Amino acid sequence: MIARYELLLALAVALFTMGLLGVVIRRNLLVVVMSLELMLNAVVLSFVAAAAHTQTLHGAAMTFFIYVAATCEIALAMALLVLLVRRRGTLDLTARQELRG
Amino acid sequence: MITDVFIVSFGVLALVFAAMVLVARQPMRAALALVAHMSSLAAIYACLNVHVIALFQVLIYVGAVMVFMVYTIMLLDDRDVAYRRRFSGTLVPGVVVSLGAGLVLLRVLGPGGAVASPQPGADPFSFATFSAAFMERYWLHFEIATVLLLAGIVAAWAVIREER
Repeated sequence: MIARYELLLALAVALFTMGLLGVVIRRNLLVVVMSLELMLNAVVLSFVAAAAHTQTLHGAAMTFFIYVAATCEIALAMALLVLLVRRRGTLDLTARQELRG
Repeated sequence: MITDVFIVSFGVLALVFAAMVLVARQPMRAALALVAHMSSLAAIYACLNVHVIALFQVLIYVGAVMVFMVYTIMLLDDRDVAYRRRFSGTLVPGVVVSLGAGLVLLRVLGPGGAVASPQPGADPFSFATFSAAFMERYWLHFEIATVLLLAGIVAAWAVIREER
């Protein structure tokens, strides 16, 4: 049982790292948002693994609230993304660097 | 034993689909890879007997969040320059920083980390137990979550008004 728990935590760490990598290296704003979802899914996996390991409900309940936060995040992110694309004309994060210095 | 085989198989699938999200050129392909990744995670949750969360994963993430994302992709122009050039100039530093962060997380969460001991008892992940716990212990959190959802709706509406 411990081995399964540690395996799942290692999987969660690997997925979180891949999500972080996507946030840093990708140009496309949509794929950056998807990479953020990868990171959130890794966190959910670690909560569920802990809940299944300890046989308690706290981790599973926290997962529910993460889903609510993720739903809000994606609704806002998509609205902002469409607004940004209409204003700047591109999804490329490096197209216009407005912060200088 | 067979459960462990399924968990490892779906774990490998989740990793492969996550890698496809990172390297896909077209956002629609990345979104479909993300759907497959989330479905693999839902299968892992089902193997762990946490069926409530597996159901939420499919209904909320795959069924709502990702469908919303696919609709957004269809609204956008597929001749965008970001579709042709995938990676930014921070590829090498990004790989180094991500690997470093992953190693630190492995060190903190890995063997010798904070591993709680299992508590034997009745199955806490049945729908009845989950629902009763939400009504008894997590009702305040649940109400706060509804306020957060309402705030999200109002904020999205405000952004749409700004667009007009």
